[in-house]
Amino acid sequence: MVSSGSGMFSPERTKQAELEGLIAPPLVRGRDDFAYLTETVCGVAEAKRPPKAWYVIFGCGLLLLGTLLTMIVHLVVTGVGVWGNNQPVAWAWPIVNFVFWVGIGHAGTLISAILFLFRQGWRTAINRFAEAMTIFAVICAGMFPAIHVGRIWVVYWLFPIPNQMNMWPNFRSPLLWDVFAVSTYFSVSLLFWYMGMVPDLATLRDRAVTKMRRFWYGLFSLGWTGSNRQWHRYERTYLILAALATPLVLSVHSVVSFDFAVAQLPGWHTTIFPPYFVAGAIFSGFAMVLSLAIPARALFGFKDIITERHVELMCKIIMATGMMVGYAYAMEFFMAWYSGNRYEGFTFVNRASGPYWWAYWIMVSCNVISPQIFWWKKARSNMILVFIVSIFVNIGMWFERFVITVTSLNRDFLPSSWGYFSPTIVDILTFAGSFGLFLTFFMLFCRYLPQVAIAEIKNVTPHAHGGAH
Amino acid sequence: MSRTESKTWGVMAEFESVDGILHAAAEVRKAGFTRWDCYTPVPVHGLDEVMGVRPTRLPWIILIMGAVGIGAAQLMQHWMNGVDYPFNISGKPLISWPSAIPVTFEMMVLFAAFTAFFAMWIANDLPRWFHPLHHKPRFARATNDRFFVAIEARDPQFDEQRTADFLRGLHSGSVETVEMPAGSKKMPTGLARALVVMSCAALIPPAMIYNARHEPSGDPPINLVPDMDDQAKFRPQGETPVFADGRMSRPSVEGSIARGELREDTAYWTGMQGEIFIAKVPSSVKVTPELIDRGEQRYGIYCAPCHDHTGSGNGTVHQAAVLLAELGKATWTQPTSLHDERVRGLPDGDIYNTIRVGKTTMPGYGSQIPAADRWAIVLYVRALQASRQQ
Repeated sequence: MVSSGSGMFSPERTKQAELEGLIAPPLVRGRDDFAYLTETVCGVAEAKRPPKAWYVIFGCGLLLLGTLLTMIVHLVVTGVGVWGNNQPVAWAWPIVNFVFWVGIGHAGTLISAILFLFRQGWRTAINRFAEAMTIFAVICAGMFPAIHVGRIWVVYWLFPIPNQMNMWPNFRSPLLWDVFAVSTYFSVSLLFWYMGMVPDLATLRDRAVTKMRRFWYGLFSLGWTGSNRQWHRYERTYLILAALATPLVLSVHSVVSFDFAVAQLPGWHTTIFPPYFVAGAIFSGFAMVLSLAIPARALFGFKDIITERHVELMCKIIMATGMMVGYAYAMEFFMAWYSGNRYEGFTFVNRASGPYWWAYWIMVSCNVISPQIFWWKKARSNMILVFIVSIFVNIGMWFERFVITVTSLNRDFLPSSWGYFSPTIVDILTFAGSFGLFLTFFMLFCRYLPQVAIAEIKNVTPHAHGGAH
Repeated sequence: MSRTESKTWGVMAEFESVDGILHAAAEVRKAGFTRWDCYTPVPVHGLDEVMGVRPTRLPWIILIMGAVGIGAAQLMQHWMNGVDYPFNISGKPLISWPSAIPVTFEMMVLFAAFTAFFAMWIANDLPRWFHPLHHKPRFARATNDRFFVAIEARDPQFDEQRTADFLRGLHSGSVETVEMPAGSKKMPTGLARALVVMSCAALIPPAMIYNARHEPSGDPPINLVPDMDDQAKFRPQGETPVFADGRMSRPSVEGSIARGELREDTAYWTGMQGEIFIAKVPSSVKVTPELIDRGEQRYGIYCAPCHDHTGSGNGTVHQAAVLLAELGKATWTQPTSLHDERVRGLPDGDIYNTIRVGKTTMPGYGSQIPAADRWAIVLYVRALQASRQQ
């Protein structure tokens, strides 16, 4: 996991061996002693003022958040008619946005849990970051179905809560499975994120110089002392939570795909959906992590912690999952032809060449073609290029959900009921506003919480291991 | 504000590296101390073995609660959708576990994860308001870059001076005595009071719900957003400028029959006007020779086997039944002769009703003979009676 080469060779020879790919470069570059790492990460939360760019992004976030709240009030007061949803496309942007955000929310727990179980030491630099992204993305995701129900004041009917009608929800509906999957995912991710953060909050508490910081970090660090007996139970529990969260990640997007796959509609009713959705979720989640991490490492001085090697590894995962979704796109067409089902065949021809051909080809170019550039190491090490591709992937994945939802619905079995969906301005502003919700939360996280798992990153340096020198 | 004299909580020693703490921990354990611990900024691998920390039992608790989650999810779904409010979905069995799998899985994870999280903190004796070590400024580095060993005063071997000397002998950077600041272990009174008040207040809503569910009430239901109560729509007896007659209710289109209006002509369908049988066939039946012919044909099929073609009550069924009755194999009552004085005096409605629902031993023929044919038979019976009279 950690390069032990530094003790064996001179620095020049180590560097040479790294370049030739003989040994992995260290996970932390430059100074890697504990005090320096603590200082680097905590320094951000303790700085008197954040960088200027933080104010700009936070301001944009607040502006968009205000837009979102305005749109929601407008929606609740007026009704869902303010959106473009109508027959035959009754599921439109709200569901597209829901799947888009919940997909992004998958990388966090994937990085935290699955890479943890696989002992991928490089996860420690980005896991906190990605987990925070997960929490905020799932909040954005959960908002869309909630406001989509129309009569939002009875949204509690989604849950099995005793009510005056003496009725219970229908447990045979994938939509209800979704309620359970997403709310479980949110709460377990929150526990996982918070639990991982407690030792770091204790670090912030112990460094606090102001009364406010001492109180708030003290409250949320729960009196953590770092006792070895505490660490023992903590590590055991963290491992179990990771083991629980791993199948949970896979189940959540599978259940989201059931919303479509259990329906009878051609274009939705396919068994490839669960793995296809999960691959897409990981794909979009990693893209979002890169879109956030590349500016953040420059902005907050984490270049030695989130190194080029981390970015490169993530690029490789993006390329791999991008090809998985590319395979799924191809396989859907193959099945449409091979099944001999004329309706299915029509749906897919209509997808690629019908009224929404442009959406389909945006999706294919962004998701399948653009990550292919990561075959070249030069491209993977060029931060600006990586950032641009990650944005492309985010766009492409939004269009993937748009293509699945809208093109399947707009021309179904009865040609007399065909229609063309166009979003209203409220649709567009609500979606833009959801980025405001996300950015506001994320910027507050960047400012006040440890963005990197301090205790874990220390653990991948040679100083955490006895007899290393 | 009387502060009692501060007691000693224990002694702590600082080390600079992982090697230092591993060595110190091994020595402390060898010396036979039991109430002690190491405090490190990262989980130090190998320290558990050196300290002799036994594996935690948390995984078993989590496993059990995961299983409870599975059971709770299955019971909840089957009870809610199969017992308390049966949901018929495409005729599938009310209680079947496959469709309950996704929710069961999620609840298993939910129960196990919440148990893991909370049980871990409880087992670690956290959250806590205060720890004596946190009052030592030097100890702040325990979450940064230093490693500490602390031996508590409640250890049977503890002696402030000797234990401190022992720790100094382990090449510790610094050894300090940790005091137990007096009175600070308790929760602030104000907070405790607030918690009590809040806990009591939290019981009020469930109590109100319980009361509401068990007490009948004449009040209308509480509807916070009564958007569905007042809708723009046509109501019976309402007024509208849309139609010339100003009525919301529209008269039915001529020739249409509304639901439930099909058999409003009770005389025709039951042979009765109120409680009394009608004397003559109803006006809606048009009496023609063809109808009487139809009646003869139907009489031949349904009535003649018992009542005979002449109406005498000596049909073939009767003749066979009399033979069986003589052999003691059946009991039999002869069918009524339609030429009886009593039958001749019956109103048409009564004969119709007898065909429809039966009388004494005669079963009803309403399900075999449609209403129009019943009236045809009534007319034919009258014709038979008339033929005997002359």
